Amino acid sequence: MSKPNLTDRKYSKEHEWALAHDDGTATVGITDYAQEMLTDIVFVELPPVGKKLKQMDPMAVVESVKSVSDVYAPVSGEIIAVNLSLENQPELINQDAFGQGWITKLKLDDPAELSGLMDAAAYDAMIREEKH
Amino acid sequence: MKKTPLYDRHFALGAKMIDFGGWLMPVQYTNVIDEHHATRTQAGLFDICHMGEIDVKGPQAFALLQRVMSRNLEKQVAGQMKLSVLSNEQGGIIDDLTVYQLEEDHYMVVTNAASKKKDLHWLQTRREAEGFFQVEITDRTETLGKLDMQGPRAQTILQSLTEGDLTGLKYYYSLNTTVAGIPALLSRSGYTGEDGFEIYAASDRIGLVWDRLLAAGAGGGLKPIGLGARDTLRLEAGMMLYGHEMCESVSPYEVIYGWLVDLEKDFVGRDALMQQKKKGVSRKLVGFEMIDRGIARADYKVFKYGREIGEVTSGTFAPTLNKAVGLAFVPVIYSEPGTEIDIRIRERDVKAKVVKLPFYRRSDKHIFYNIFI
Repeated sequence: MSKPNLTDRKYSKEHEWALAHDDGTATVGITDYAQEMLTDIVFVELPPVGKKLKQMDPMAVVESVKSVSDVYAPVSGEIIAVNLSLENQPELINQDAFGQGWITKLKLDDPAELSGLMDAAAYDAMIREEKH
Repeated sequence: MKKTPLYDRHFALGAKMIDFGGWLMPVQYTNVIDEHHATRTQAGLFDICHMGEIDVKGPQAFALLQRVMSRNLEKQVAGQMKLSVLSNEQGGIIDDLTVYQLEEDHYMVVTNAASKKKDLHWLQTRREAEGFFQVEITDRTETLGKLDMQGPRAQTILQSLTEGDLTGLKYYYSLNTTVAGIPALLSRSGYTGEDGFEIYAASDRIGLVWDRLLAAGAGGGLKPIGLGARDTLRLEAGMMLYGHEMCESVSPYEVIYGWLVDLEKDFVGRDALMQQKKKGVSRKLVGFEMIDRGIARADYKVFKYGREIGEVTSGTFAPTLNKAVGLAFVPVIYSEPGTEIDIRIRERDVKAKVVKLPFYRRSDKHIFYNIFI
Protein backbone atom coordinates (compact mmCIF):
# COMPACT_ATOMS: atom_id res chain seq x y z
CA MET A 1 0.00 0.00 0.00
CA SER A 2 1.23 3.45 -0.78
CA LYS A 3 1.73 6.05 1.89
CA PRO A 4 -1.12 8.50 2.54
CA ASN A 5 -1.21 11.57 0.31
CA LEU A 6 -0.26 14.57 2.40
CA THR A 7 -2.73 17.43 2.82
CA ASP A 8 -0.05 20.16 2.81
CA ARG A 9 0.40 19.97 -0.98
CA LYS A 10 -1.35 19.78 -4.36
CA TYR A 11 -1.41 16.96 -6.92
CA SER A 12 -1.47 16.70 -10.73
CA LYS A 13 -3.22 14.14 -12.92
CA GLU A 14 0.21 12.90 -13.96
CA HIS A 15 1.05 11.99 -10.34
CA GLU A 16 3.31 14.90 -9.46
CA TRP A 17 3.02 16.82 -6.19
CA ALA A 18 3.80 20.49 -5.57
CA LEU A 19 4.39 21.91 -2.11
CA ALA A 20 4.07 25.69 -2.11
CA HIS A 21 6.26 27.86 0.12
CA ASP A 22 5.63 31.41 1.37
CA ASP A 23 8.36 32.91 -0.83
CA GLY A 24 6.63 32.10 -4.16
CA THR A 25 8.51 28.84 -4.75
CA ALA A 26 7.36 25.24 -4.68
CA THR A 27 9.06 21.89 -4.20
CA VAL A 28 8.04 19.26 -6.74
CA GLY A 29 8.22 15.48 -6.85
CA ILE A 30 6.24 12.40 -7.84
CA THR A 31 3.72 10.77 -5.54
CA ASP A 32 4.19 7.64 -3.51
CA TYR A 33 1.54 5.97 -5.66
CA ALA A 34 3.61 6.83 -8.76
CA GLN A 35 6.82 5.40 -7.33
CA GLU A 36 4.93 2.28 -6.34
CA MET A 37 3.69 1.87 -9.91
CA LEU A 38 7.17 2.44 -11.32
CA THR A 39 8.95 0.26 -8.71
CA ASP A 40 12.76 0.08 -8.51
CA ILE A 41 13.82 3.50 -9.85
CA VAL A 42 17.40 3.23 -11.10
CA PHE A 43 17.98 6.50 -12.96
CA VAL A 44 16.79 10.09 -12.76
CA GLU A 45 17.55 12.72 -15.41
CA LEU A 46 17.34 16.20 -13.87
CA PRO A 47 16.78 19.47 -15.73
CA PRO A 48 19.39 22.26 -15.62
CA VAL A 49 18.89 24.96 -12.98
CA GLY A 50 17.58 28.12 -14.66
CA LYS A 51 15.40 26.24 -17.14
CA LYS A 52 11.96 27.80 -17.58
CA LEU A 53 8.99 25.49 -17.85
CA LYS A 54 5.33 25.87 -18.67
CA GLN A 55 2.78 23.85 -16.76
CA MET A 56 2.81 20.24 -18.09
CA ASP A 57 6.16 20.61 -19.88
CA PRO A 58 8.40 17.54 -19.46
CA MET A 59 10.62 18.40 -16.48
CA ALA A 60 12.63 15.28 -15.62
CA VAL A 61 12.85 11.59 -16.55
CA VAL A 62 12.68 8.69 -14.12
CA GLU A 63 13.65 5.22 -15.24
CA SER A 64 12.95 1.91 -13.56
CA VAL A 65 14.66 -1.27 -14.70
CA LYS A 66 11.97 -1.78 -17.32
CA SER A 67 10.47 1.65 -18.01
CA VAL A 68 11.23 5.25 -18.95
CA SER A 69 8.76 7.89 -17.70
CA ASP A 70 8.53 11.64 -18.07
CA VAL A 71 7.87 13.81 -15.03
CA TYR A 72 5.91 16.96 -15.92
CA ALA A 73 6.03 20.37 -14.32
CA PRO A 74 2.77 20.56 -12.34
CA VAL A 75 3.02 24.36 -12.42
CA SER A 76 4.86 26.92 -14.60
CA GLY A 77 8.11 28.38 -13.34
CA GLU A 78 11.89 28.47 -13.36
CA ILE A 79 14.00 25.66 -11.93
CA ILE A 80 15.91 27.11 -8.98
CA ALA A 81 17.20 23.85 -7.50
CA VAL A 82 17.39 20.15 -8.33
CA ASN A 83 17.86 17.22 -5.98
CA LEU A 84 21.40 16.16 -6.90
CA SER A 85 21.25 13.27 -4.41
CA LEU A 86 19.06 11.48 -6.92
CA GLU A 87 21.99 11.13 -9.31
CA ASN A 88 23.64 8.61 -7.00
CA GLN A 89 20.58 7.52 -5.02
CA PRO A 90 17.62 7.40 -7.40
CA GLU A 91 16.03 4.96 -4.93
CA LEU A 92 15.32 7.92 -2.62
CA ILE A 93 12.16 8.37 -4.67
CA ASN A 94 11.08 4.82 -3.82
CA GLN A 95 11.96 5.26 -0.17
CA ASP A 96 10.58 8.73 0.46
CA ALA A 97 8.72 10.16 -2.54
CA PHE A 98 7.12 12.99 -0.53
CA GLY A 99 10.32 13.96 1.30
CA GLN A 100 13.94 13.13 0.45
CA GLY A 101 12.87 12.01 -3.00
CA TRP A 102 11.87 15.54 -4.10
CA ILE A 103 13.00 16.33 -7.64
CA THR A 104 13.07 20.11 -8.24
CA LYS A 105 12.30 23.48 -6.70
CA LEU A 106 10.49 25.98 -8.94
CA LYS A 107 10.07 29.74 -8.71
CA LEU A 108 6.39 30.00 -9.61
CA ASP A 109 5.25 32.12 -12.56
CA ASP A 110 1.68 32.15 -11.35
CA PRO A 111 0.83 30.84 -7.87
CA ALA A 112 -2.83 30.77 -8.94
CA GLU A 113 -2.04 27.69 -11.03
CA LEU A 114 -1.81 25.75 -7.77
CA SER A 115 -5.50 26.14 -7.14
CA GLY A 116 -6.16 24.29 -10.39
CA LEU A 117 -4.43 21.17 -9.02
CA MET A 118 -6.08 18.49 -6.90
CA ASP A 119 -6.01 18.38 -3.13
CA ALA A 120 -5.15 15.14 -1.37
CA ALA A 121 -8.78 13.98 -1.18
CA ALA A 122 -9.37 14.52 -4.91
CA TYR A 123 -6.09 12.78 -5.76
CA ASP A 124 -7.03 9.86 -3.45
CA ALA A 125 -10.27 9.53 -5.38
CA MET A 126 -8.47 9.63 -8.73
CA ILE A 127 -6.04 6.82 -7.90
CA ARG A 128 -8.84 4.75 -6.39
CA GLU A 129 -10.54 5.06 -9.76
CA GLU A 130 -7.33 4.15 -11.59
CA LYS A 131 -6.91 0.95 -9.60
CA HIS A 132 -10.21 -0.34 -10.99
CA MET B 1 -4.97 -12.95 -25.06
CA LYS B 2 -3.93 -16.41 -23.86
CA LYS B 3 -3.47 -17.30 -20.21
CA THR B 4 -1.16 -19.98 -18.86
CA PRO B 5 -2.49 -22.63 -16.43
CA LEU B 6 -0.85 -20.57 -13.65
CA TYR B 7 -2.72 -17.33 -14.33
CA ASP B 8 -4.88 -17.50 -11.18
CA ARG B 9 -1.81 -18.10 -9.07
CA HIS B 10 -0.03 -15.05 -10.49
CA PHE B 11 -3.13 -12.99 -9.85
CA ALA B 12 -3.32 -14.22 -6.24
CA LEU B 13 0.36 -13.35 -5.77
CA GLY B 14 -0.38 -9.79 -6.89
CA ALA B 15 1.76 -9.98 -10.02
CA LYS B 16 1.73 -7.21 -12.58
CA MET B 17 0.67 -8.79 -15.88
CA ILE B 18 1.72 -7.83 -19.42
CA ASP B 19 1.20 -9.05 -22.97
CA PHE B 20 4.17 -11.12 -24.11
CA GLY B 21 3.90 -12.78 -27.50
CA GLY B 22 0.11 -12.93 -27.21
CA TRP B 23 0.21 -14.33 -23.66
CA LEU B 24 -0.78 -12.60 -20.46
CA MET B 25 2.36 -13.08 -18.37
CA PRO B 26 3.65 -11.88 -14.98
CA VAL B 27 6.29 -9.16 -15.48
CA GLN B 28 6.97 -8.84 -11.76
CA TYR B 29 5.58 -10.02 -8.42
CA THR B 30 7.41 -7.60 -6.10
CA ASN B 31 10.03 -5.73 -8.10
CA VAL B 32 12.54 -6.62 -10.79
CA ILE B 33 15.67 -5.94 -8.76
CA ASP B 34 14.66 -8.11 -5.78
CA GLU B 35 13.59 -10.92 -8.08
CA HIS B 36 16.83 -10.64 -10.04
CA HIS B 37 18.96 -10.87 -6.87
CA ALA B 38 16.84 -13.74 -5.49
CA THR B 39 17.63 -15.77 -8.62
CA ARG B 40 21.37 -14.98 -8.54
CA THR B 41 21.80 -15.66 -4.82
CA GLN B 42 19.09 -18.22 -3.97
CA ALA B 43 16.57 -19.54 -6.45
CA GLY B 44 13.77 -18.37 -8.74
CA LEU B 45 10.76 -20.12 -10.24
CA PHE B 46 9.49 -18.94 -13.64
CA ASP B 47 6.21 -19.68 -15.44
CA ILE B 48 7.37 -20.55 -18.96
CA CYS B 49 4.15 -22.24 -20.11
CA HIS B 50 3.92 -19.71 -22.96
CA MET B 51 6.86 -21.23 -24.83
CA GLY B 52 6.07 -23.66 -27.62
CA GLU B 53 6.72 -27.40 -27.56
CA ILE B 54 6.57 -29.31 -30.82
CA ASP B 55 6.94 -33.07 -30.96
CA VAL B 56 8.77 -34.50 -33.96
CA LYS B 57 8.43 -38.25 -34.05
CA GLY B 58 8.93 -41.14 -36.44
CA PRO B 59 11.60 -42.92 -38.52
CA GLN B 60 12.35 -39.70 -40.45
CA ALA B 61 12.31 -37.33 -37.48
CA PHE B 62 16.08 -37.07 -37.43
CA ALA B 63 16.28 -36.58 -41.21
CA LEU B 64 13.79 -33.71 -41.09
CA LEU B 65 15.44 -31.94 -38.16
CA GLN B 66 18.91 -32.43 -39.61
CA ARG B 67 17.62 -30.75 -42.78
CA VAL B 68 16.05 -27.70 -41.09
CA MET B 69 18.45 -27.10 -38.19
CA SER B 70 21.74 -25.25 -38.64
CA ARG B 71 23.25 -27.39 -35.93
CA ASN B 72 24.54 -30.86 -36.65
CA LEU B 73 22.38 -33.26 -34.63
CA GLU B 74 24.25 -36.38 -35.75
CA LYS B 75 26.05 -36.94 -32.48
CA GLN B 76 23.08 -36.07 -30.30
CA VAL B 77 21.99 -38.96 -28.09
CA ALA B 78 18.70 -39.71 -26.35
CA GLY B 79 18.51 -37.55 -23.23
CA GLN B 80 20.59 -34.75 -24.72
CA MET B 81 19.42 -31.32 -25.80
CA LYS B 82 20.97 -28.91 -28.28
CA LEU B 83 20.52 -25.22 -28.89
CA SER B 84 20.00 -24.58 -32.60
CA VAL B 85 18.87 -22.11 -35.21
CA LEU B 86 16.04 -22.69 -37.65
CA SER B 87 17.22 -20.80 -40.74
CA ASN B 88 15.43 -19.76 -43.90
CA GLU B 89 16.85 -20.10 -47.43
CA GLN B 90 18.62 -16.74 -47.11
CA GLY B 91 20.31 -17.89 -43.92
CA GLY B 92 18.12 -15.65 -41.74
CA ILE B 93 17.02 -16.81 -38.30
CA ILE B 94 13.41 -18.05 -38.21
CA ASP B 95 13.84 -18.91 -34.55
CA ASP B 96 16.42 -19.98 -31.99
CA LEU B 97 15.28 -23.03 -30.13
CA THR B 98 16.28 -26.10 -28.19
CA VAL B 99 16.00 -29.61 -29.57
CA TYR B 100 15.54 -32.42 -27.03
CA GLN B 101 16.15 -35.94 -28.20
CA LEU B 102 13.73 -37.80 -25.94
CA GLU B 103 14.45 -41.23 -27.43
CA GLU B 104 15.44 -42.68 -30.77
CA ASP B 105 13.20 -41.18 -33.50
CA HIS B 106 11.49 -38.88 -31.01
CA TYR B 107 12.40 -35.24 -30.51
CA MET B 108 10.85 -32.24 -28.80
CA VAL B 109 11.56 -28.78 -30.18
CA VAL B 110 11.09 -25.89 -27.72
CA THR B 111 10.39 -22.56 -29.40
CA ASN B 112 9.97 -18.92 -28.47
CA ALA B 113 6.33 -18.14 -27.64
CA ALA B 114 5.76 -15.71 -30.49
CA SER B 115 7.58 -17.94 -33.02
CA LYS B 116 5.75 -21.20 -32.36
CA LYS B 117 3.16 -20.82 -35.09
CA LYS B 118 5.65 -20.04 -37.84
CA ASP B 119 8.08 -22.72 -36.62
CA LEU B 120 5.31 -25.29 -36.75
CA HIS B 121 4.32 -24.12 -40.22
CA TRP B 122 7.94 -24.21 -41.38
CA LEU B 123 8.45 -27.77 -40.10
CA GLN B 124 5.25 -28.91 -41.81
CA THR B 125 6.16 -27.16 -45.06
CA ARG B 126 9.63 -28.70 -45.11
CA ARG B 127 8.17 -32.09 -44.29
CA GLU B 128 6.03 -31.87 -47.43
CA ALA B 129 8.78 -30.34 -49.56
CA GLU B 130 11.33 -33.01 -48.63
CA GLY B 131 8.80 -35.83 -48.74
CA PHE B 132 9.60 -36.95 -45.20
CA PHE B 133 6.23 -38.52 -44.62
CA GLN B 134 7.34 -40.91 -41.92
CA VAL B 135 7.41 -38.17 -39.35
CA GLU B 136 4.63 -36.82 -37.20
CA ILE B 137 4.68 -33.19 -36.10
CA THR B 138 2.52 -32.38 -33.08
CA ASP B 139 2.03 -29.09 -31.28
CA ARG B 140 2.06 -29.88 -27.53
CA THR B 141 2.08 -26.29 -26.24
CA GLU B 142 -1.46 -26.45 -24.86
CA THR B 143 -1.04 -29.77 -23.09
CA LEU B 144 2.51 -29.42 -21.80
CA GLY B 145 3.38 -26.96 -19.04
CA LYS B 146 6.87 -25.60 -18.45
CA LEU B 147 8.59 -24.07 -15.44
CA ASP B 148 12.17 -22.89 -15.10
CA MET B 149 13.89 -23.14 -11.75
CA GLN B 150 17.16 -21.25 -11.66
CA GLY B 151 19.76 -20.24 -9.12
CA PRO B 152 22.40 -21.70 -6.80
CA ARG B 153 19.78 -23.43 -4.62
CA ALA B 154 17.69 -24.79 -7.51
CA GLN B 155 19.22 -28.26 -7.42
CA THR B 156 18.79 -28.76 -3.66
CA ILE B 157 15.17 -27.65 -3.74
CA LEU B 158 14.25 -29.66 -6.82
CA GLN B 159 16.08 -32.73 -5.54
CA SER B 160 13.86 -32.77 -2.44
CA LEU B 161 10.84 -33.38 -4.70
CA THR B 162 12.21 -35.66 -7.40
CA GLU B 163 13.28 -39.29 -7.62
CA GLY B 164 15.74 -38.45 -10.37
CA ASP B 165 19.43 -38.06 -9.55
CA LEU B 166 20.16 -34.41 -10.33
CA THR B 167 23.81 -34.58 -9.31
CA GLY B 168 24.40 -36.91 -12.25
CA LEU B 169 22.46 -34.74 -14.70
CA LYS B 170 24.92 -32.88 -16.92
CA TYR B 171 24.43 -29.47 -18.54
CA TYR B 172 22.09 -29.69 -21.54
CA TYR B 173 20.95 -33.22 -20.70
CA SER B 174 17.43 -34.26 -19.73
CA LEU B 175 15.85 -36.82 -17.47
CA ASN B 176 12.43 -38.45 -17.43
CA THR B 177 11.34 -38.61 -13.82
CA THR B 178 8.73 -37.24 -11.44
CA VAL B 179 8.37 -34.01 -9.49
CA ALA B 180 6.07 -34.18 -6.47
CA GLY B 181 4.93 -37.54 -7.82
CA ILE B 182 3.92 -36.06 -11.17
CA PRO B 183 5.61 -37.36 -14.34
CA ALA B 184 8.03 -34.71 -15.56
CA LEU B 185 10.90 -34.10 -17.94
CA LEU B 186 13.80 -32.16 -16.43
CA SER B 187 16.84 -30.71 -18.12
CA ARG B 188 19.78 -28.85 -16.67
CA SER B 189 19.52 -25.67 -18.69
CA GLY B 190 17.99 -22.21 -18.58
CA TYR B 191 18.15 -18.57 -19.50
CA THR B 192 19.69 -16.75 -16.56
CA GLY B 193 23.40 -17.59 -16.42
CA GLU B 194 22.80 -19.58 -13.23
CA ASP B 195 22.70 -23.31 -12.66
CA GLY B 196 19.15 -24.57 -12.94
CA PHE B 197 16.50 -26.63 -14.61
CA GLU B 198 13.74 -26.53 -17.15
CA ILE B 199 10.78 -28.61 -15.99
CA TYR B 200 8.04 -29.99 -18.24
CA ALA B 201 4.82 -31.62 -16.97
CA ALA B 202 1.23 -31.96 -18.17
CA SER B 203 -0.42 -28.54 -18.18
CA ASP B 204 -3.30 -29.75 -15.99
CA ARG B 205 -0.76 -30.79 -13.32
CA ILE B 206 1.76 -27.95 -13.70
CA GLY B 207 -0.04 -25.83 -11.09
CA LEU B 208 0.52 -28.55 -8.54
CA VAL B 209 4.21 -28.76 -9.46
CA TRP B 210 4.45 -24.96 -9.06
CA ASP B 211 2.77 -25.07 -5.62
CA ARG B 212 4.90 -27.93 -4.35
CA LEU B 213 8.14 -26.35 -5.58
CA LEU B 214 7.31 -22.98 -3.99
CA ALA B 215 6.42 -24.69 -0.71
CA ALA B 216 9.56 -26.85 -0.73
CA GLY B 217 11.75 -23.87 -1.61
CA ALA B 218 10.28 -21.26 0.72
CA GLY B 219 12.89 -21.96 3.43
CA GLY B 220 15.67 -21.81 0.83
CA GLY B 221 14.59 -18.42 -0.45
CA LEU B 222 12.85 -19.63 -3.63
CA LYS B 223 10.69 -16.89 -5.14
CA PRO B 224 8.41 -16.63 -8.17
CA ILE B 225 10.14 -14.48 -10.81
CA GLY B 226 8.54 -12.42 -13.55
CA LEU B 227 9.59 -11.70 -17.11
CA GLY B 228 11.19 -8.40 -16.04
CA ALA B 229 13.94 -10.12 -14.08
CA ARG B 230 14.11 -12.93 -16.66
CA ASP B 231 15.15 -10.24 -19.14
CA THR B 232 17.80 -8.59 -16.92
CA LEU B 233 19.17 -12.02 -15.96
CA ARG B 234 19.51 -13.21 -19.56
CA LEU B 235 21.01 -9.92 -20.69
CA GLU B 236 23.67 -9.94 -17.96
CA ALA B 237 24.51 -13.48 -19.04
CA GLY B 238 24.94 -12.24 -22.64
CA MET B 239 22.02 -14.31 -23.91
CA MET B 240 19.97 -13.08 -26.84
CA LEU B 241 16.21 -12.72 -27.22
CA TYR B 242 14.37 -13.47 -30.44
CA GLY B 243 12.58 -10.34 -31.67
CA HIS B 244 15.30 -8.14 -30.16
CA GLU B 245 18.69 -9.44 -31.27
CA MET B 246 17.29 -11.74 -33.93
CA CYS B 247 14.73 -11.71 -36.72
CA GLU B 248 14.43 -13.33 -40.13
CA SER B 249 16.84 -10.87 -41.75
CA VAL B 250 19.58 -11.45 -39.17
CA SER B 251 22.13 -14.18 -39.79
CA PRO B 252 23.66 -16.39 -37.09
CA TYR B 253 27.08 -14.97 -38.07
CA GLU B 254 26.01 -11.42 -37.22
CA VAL B 255 24.93 -12.42 -33.72
CA ILE B 256 26.68 -14.79 -31.33
CA TYR B 257 25.37 -17.91 -33.06
CA GLY B 258 28.08 -18.73 -35.61
CA TRP B 259 28.92 -21.72 -33.42
CA LEU B 260 25.45 -23.15 -34.07
CA VAL B 261 26.11 -23.42 -37.80
CA ASP B 262 27.69 -26.54 -39.28
CA LEU B 263 28.50 -25.90 -42.93
CA GLU B 264 29.76 -29.47 -43.33
CA LYS B 265 26.21 -30.81 -43.41
CA ASP B 266 23.40 -30.02 -45.81
CA PHE B 267 20.55 -27.91 -44.46
CA VAL B 268 18.15 -25.19 -45.57
CA GLY B 269 20.04 -21.90 -45.67
CA ARG B 270 23.47 -23.49 -45.86
CA ASP B 271 24.44 -22.06 -49.26
CA ALA B 272 23.58 -18.53 -48.21
CA LEU B 273 25.43 -18.94 -44.92
CA MET B 274 28.46 -20.35 -46.70
CA GLN B 275 28.59 -17.26 -48.92
CA GLN B 276 28.29 -15.03 -45.87
CA LYS B 277 31.05 -16.86 -44.09
CA LYS B 278 33.31 -16.49 -47.14
CA LYS B 279 32.59 -12.80 -47.64
CA GLY B 280 32.35 -11.95 -43.97
CA VAL B 281 29.51 -10.01 -42.36
CA SER B 282 29.49 -6.21 -42.26
CA ARG B 283 27.80 -5.71 -38.89
CA LYS B 284 28.07 -7.55 -35.62
CA LEU B 285 26.18 -7.76 -32.38
CA VAL B 286 28.31 -6.50 -29.48
CA GLY B 287 27.93 -5.98 -25.78
CA PHE B 288 28.47 -2.46 -24.43
CA GLU B 289 28.43 -0.69 -21.11
CA MET B 290 27.66 2.96 -20.48
CA ILE B 291 30.62 5.15 -19.54
CA ASP B 292 28.58 8.29 -18.83
CA ARG B 293 25.27 8.44 -16.97
CA GLY B 294 22.29 7.01 -18.81
CA ILE B 295 20.49 3.81 -19.65
CA ALA B 296 20.42 2.62 -23.25
CA ARG B 297 17.18 1.00 -24.37
CA ALA B 298 16.14 -1.12 -27.35
CA ASP B 299 15.93 0.90 -30.62
CA TYR B 300 18.15 3.77 -29.43
CA LYS B 301 20.66 4.66 -32.16
CA VAL B 302 24.41 4.18 -31.95
CA PHE B 303 26.74 6.95 -33.18
CA LYS B 304 30.46 7.28 -33.83
CA TYR B 305 32.07 10.62 -34.71
CA GLY B 306 28.54 12.04 -35.00
CA ARG B 307 27.45 9.51 -37.64
CA GLU B 308 24.77 6.93 -37.06
CA ILE B 309 26.37 3.48 -37.18
CA GLY B 310 23.90 1.11 -35.57
CA GLU B 311 21.13 0.35 -33.14
CA VAL B 312 20.65 -0.95 -29.61
CA THR B 313 18.72 -4.25 -29.54
CA SER B 314 18.43 -4.65 -25.74
CA GLY B 315 19.49 -2.36 -22.94
CA THR B 316 18.86 -2.13 -19.25
CA PHE B 317 20.19 -1.34 -15.84
CA ALA B 318 21.95 -4.56 -14.78
CA PRO B 319 21.23 -5.21 -11.09
CA THR B 320 24.12 -7.60 -10.36
CA LEU B 321 26.68 -5.42 -12.15
CA ASN B 322 25.10 -2.22 -10.84
CA LYS B 323 25.56 -0.49 -14.19
CA ALA B 324 23.80 0.08 -17.47
CA VAL B 325 24.61 -2.41 -20.24
CA GLY B 326 23.18 -3.47 -23.57
CA LEU B 327 23.57 -5.24 -26.88
CA ALA B 328 23.83 -3.39 -30.18
CA PHE B 329 24.56 -3.93 -33.86
CA VAL B 330 27.63 -2.01 -35.03
CA PRO B 331 29.87 -2.22 -38.13
CA VAL B 332 32.57 -4.89 -37.70
CA ILE B 333 35.30 -2.19 -37.57
CA TYR B 334 33.76 -0.86 -34.33
CA SER B 335 33.13 -4.24 -32.73
CA GLU B 336 36.40 -4.69 -30.86
CA PRO B 337 36.17 -4.54 -27.04
CA GLY B 338 37.34 -1.16 -25.81
CA THR B 339 35.93 0.77 -28.79
CA GLU B 340 34.10 3.89 -27.65
CA ILE B 341 30.65 4.51 -29.11
CA ASP B 342 27.87 7.01 -28.39
CA ILE B 343 24.30 6.07 -27.60
CA ARG B 344 21.75 8.74 -28.44
CA ILE B 345 19.47 9.08 -25.41
CA ARG B 346 16.74 11.71 -25.70
CA GLU B 347 18.66 13.78 -28.29
CA ARG B 348 21.92 13.61 -26.34
CA ASP B 349 24.96 11.46 -27.19
CA VAL B 350 26.04 9.50 -24.15
CA LYS B 351 29.40 7.74 -24.11
CA ALA B 352 29.59 3.93 -23.95
CA LYS B 353 32.19 1.30 -24.79
CA VAL B 354 32.17 -2.12 -26.41
CA VAL B 355 32.95 -4.88 -23.89
CA LYS B 356 33.45 -8.63 -24.03
CA LEU B 357 30.47 -10.90 -23.45
CA PRO B 358 29.07 -12.17 -21.19
CA PHE B 359 28.70 -9.20 -18.85
CA TYR B 360 28.16 -11.58 -15.95
CA ARG B 361 29.69 -14.96 -15.37
CA ARG B 362 28.86 -16.94 -12.29
CA SER B 363 31.82 -17.94 -10.16
CA ASP B 364 31.52 -21.71 -10.73
CA LYS B 365 31.37 -21.02 -14.41
CA HIS B 366 29.99 -23.56 -16.73
CA ILE B 367 30.99 -25.07 -20.03
CA PHE B 368 28.19 -23.00 -21.61
CA TYR B 369 30.38 -19.94 -21.70
CA ASN B 370 32.72 -21.62 -24.14
CA ILE B 371 30.53 -20.15 -26.84
CA PHE B 372 31.95 -16.72 -26.12
CA ILE B 373 35.57 -17.70 -26.77
